Amino acid sequence: MGSITLQGVRKSFGPVNVISGADLEITNGSFVVFVGPSGCGKTTLLRLIAGLEDVTDGRILIDGVNVVNVPPAKRGLSMVFQSYALYPHMSVRSNIGFGLKMAGMQRSEIARKVEAAAATLNLSPYLDRRPRELSGGQRQRVAIGRAIVREPKAFLFDEPLSNLDAALRVNMRVEIARLQRDLATTTVYVTHDQVEAMTMADKIVVLNAGNIEQYGSPLELYERPANLFVAGFIGSPRMNFIKGRIAAENGAATIGVRPEHIAPVRDGSGWSGTVSVAEHLGSDTFLYIDGEEIGSVTARTTGEFGVNPGDRVKLRPDPARIYRFDEQGKAIHA
Amino acid sequence: MPLDRGLTLSLFARRPGGASGEQRSGSGVAATQRTRTLGRLLAAPSIILLFIWMIVPLAMTVYFSLSAYNLLNPGSLSFVGFQNFEYFLTDPAFLASLLNTLVLVGAVLVITVVLGVLIALLLDQAVIGLGIVRLMVIAPFFVMPTVSALVWKNLLMHPVSGLFAWIASSLGFTPIDWFAQVPLLSIILIVAWQWLPFATLILLTALQSLDDDQKEAAGMDGAGPFSTFIYITLPHLARPITVVILIETIFLLTVFAEIFVTTGGGPGLQTTNIAFLIYSQALIQFDVGAASAGGLVAVVLANIVAFFLVRIVGRTLEV
Amino acid sequence: MARRISVRSKVLATVGAWLVGFVIFFPILWMVLTSFKTELAAFSTPPSFLFFEWTSENYTAVEARSDYVHHALNSIIIAGGSTLIAILIAIPAAWAMAFAPTERTRSTLLWMLSTKMMPPVGVLVPIYLLFRDFNLLDTRSGLIMVLCLGNLPIVVWMLFTYFKEVPKDILEAARMDGATIGRELLFVLTPMVIPGLASTFLLNVILAWNESFWTLNLSTLKAAPLTVFIASYSSPEGLFWARLSAASTLAIAPILVLGWFSQRQLVRGLTFGAVK
Repeated sequence: MGSITLQGVRKSFGPVNVISGADLEITNGSFVVFVGPSGCGKTTLLRLIAGLEDVTDGRILIDGVNVVNVPPAKRGLSMVFQSYALYPHMSVRSNIGFGLKMAGMQRSEIARKVEAAAATLNLSPYLDRRPRELSGGQRQRVAIGRAIVREPKAFLFDEPLSNLDAALRVNMRVEIARLQRDLATTTVYVTHDQVEAMTMADKIVVLNAGNIEQYGSPLELYERPANLFVAGFIGSPRMNFIKGRIAAENGAATIGVRPEHIAPVRDGSGWSGTVSVAEHLGSDTFLYIDGEEIGSVTARTTGEFGVNPGDRVKLRPDPARIYRFDEQGKAIHA
Repeated sequence: MPLDRGLTLSLFARRPGGASGEQRSGSGVAATQRTRTLGRLLAAPSIILLFIWMIVPLAMTVYFSLSAYNLLNPGSLSFVGFQNFEYFLTDPAFLASLLNTLVLVGAVLVITVVLGVLIALLLDQAVIGLGIVRLMVIAPFFVMPTVSALVWKNLLMHPVSGLFAWIASSLGFTPIDWFAQVPLLSIILIVAWQWLPFATLILLTALQSLDDDQKEAAGMDGAGPFSTFIYITLPHLARPITVVILIETIFLLTVFAEIFVTTGGGPGLQTTNIAFLIYSQALIQFDVGAASAGGLVAVVLANIVAFFLVRIVGRTLEV
Repeated sequence: MARRISVRSKVLATVGAWLVGFVIFFPILWMVLTSFKTELAAFSTPPSFLFFEWTSENYTAVEARSDYVHHALNSIIIAGGSTLIAILIAIPAAWAMAFAPTERTRSTLLWMLSTKMMPPVGVLVPIYLLFRDFNLLDTRSGLIMVLCLGNLPIVVWMLFTYFKEVPKDILEAARMDGATIGRELLFVLTPMVIPGLASTFLLNVILAWNESFWTLNLSTLKAAPLTVFIASYSSPEGLFWARLSAASTLAIAPILVLGWFSQRQLVRGLTFGAVK
């Protein structure tokens, strides 16, 4: 009762192709995150689903019905905007209840639902305030309240956390995930932050320049990236890519290995390099190493590894965790 | 106390894209087809009305400019080609009025821009009671031209009972008979007084959009107040000054009421500008043909200025 | 301000600014003072500044002139009416340009602005003749029409800028909340643009009230607004300075008050956005 399917969805602005042929199946109740760098088309894709933009080609099915020609007001979806988009001249109560008013619900019924939603989001004391009297975090919860009170087929979130400070962001991440689990409503969530994607999603759609690079669960994307782009996008710090002789040795044009899968040692066998920057966090150590054959490589170890800039080290990658990519950047599976 | 913060965006501000810089229908075209069609429909009445308002009178003016037609002699309408233009352009009255127009516009521009910059600089300081001072400086723009002209002519400039006469004689000078001796200058003063608030307000708005940061950075780089003005403030004001000049020119080309109410174009032709000349040909001499030819000349002049103004407006216009 | 402003520069600036303000405002002040003098006192030298016999006889005389009230009424009707109609015509156009722009919208808007730049004197002849032939001379409706069309570009422009300031996503949120276009306009857009509508109305009423070219040429008595009425004091017999001052003060007072509230709109409306 909330499944979304995209078939061959294409969007172009004039000659510019923003989305090229997207096919996607979002099952009812799942939390799907669209992630990718700036300009990759993730927000456009969301807005196509919402109906705020027309598709150039293709079909969008909500519960099996093609809604491409249905206006956004009638698609039964709710959206939480990046800027929250609260109605400035209405109280929190009216903001949340607006959608229900548009649906023609009875006043008493609206009041009941608004109060219930406000209680869930800890907004009850603020119901009669105006948006301008609220903090960023409170406004965001009002935006979420407005979305959930309509009990839509799916929630659409457009980078809702980017305007919050770091601490608040972490809290809200947890709250949104918990909310979605309780309500069991399909959710499509757009973000550029891959940490948000990895922590919140059931499945992730990685977008790049209008193309869907990979669609899978967070762990799938981490452990079996389909190509160079996904491999480099998921995981922080970024996967190391090495070309040249070492890559050829492994039978690939490029090999990739994550910093957490490289063990630095002071001497012995391994790739050689010099430490250029060492970050000692106590719980982890991040080493930025330059080597002739390996280029710039990041290595990460747990605990303290006492080296300083200028020291020579050897790097031992875990052979089971070396990814191989061909000239086109596609992953070579064993 | 800055004017509306929303208006004090930097002159050179670009519109920020979405946080992720995604390409949206912020390319300036509406998101869906249905909204676009609706839009065209809704804009139609305004466009049509303005179009008619433009085209019909203009077409008629062209038509009349090519005919001989005197209102006192209704049956006299006949086609005479460019005769009216010849007559109008070679009429010494035309050259005189053209000169007067240029002098009027030029002098008012110089006075309002120079004084406008100076006053704006002054008002940009920490002034106690700035609100009231602003009100006083802005006020002349909102006084109707006929009132301004008569107050200046009678209460201030009258050679016997006017205030200026009294000031002059108290200081030992002979009072100036403004409208007899320097009629054009008198008109210039009146018009400049009316438009000074406009220039000041615009320039003050622009000044207040100049970040203190830039001035402080200049200070740390060792610039004194004069250098800061020349190298930082003045370039920042270049665009607003240009806009003020262009807009004032367009409206100053057709100064009418002040002349109508004080001198009637005289003595002789000394205060006749193009607008008044056309008026007098049309409604005093009833020579419609010549007046129309003159009107077209005025339109051409204004168009030249309008071309530049539209270009500047177009540069900052985001649809 | 990060820098400490010295008391000395503050005092200098304040004194300087007040001086400048006073000098600029002086003619108006002088006019108001004169309106309270007797006709004799107004005309005599040396002029008295504050210590004269204050009288309100001029105001009663002006108000007693039934034609003053008549002309004031004309000003109100013509300025108010033309602006109201202009706003009604402009709202859909401004909405369309702000929320449903097409590729042509930009040039259309610029074209509209350019029509305001046309000198009225260029079309004086045809307008006058058309008015004469259609019996519109010296009628309020005729003047309302001309002033409405004359100010329409500015009204469209100003409403456009106010509409554009409404964040697009608030309207999209309304759409997602299930509002049809009509309800989006009614419940969301209109409340948010009411201040902008008021400002536009304010500035354009002022511009229409002060408009002198068309009012002087297209009306004589019946429909003549205050601009024409004051102009009648320019004839040689009009040596009624005190009365002129009183009439003028009455004529401009409401506008001065309104004008103070509309300074920001002045910048917005008359520079067509070229200065922000």
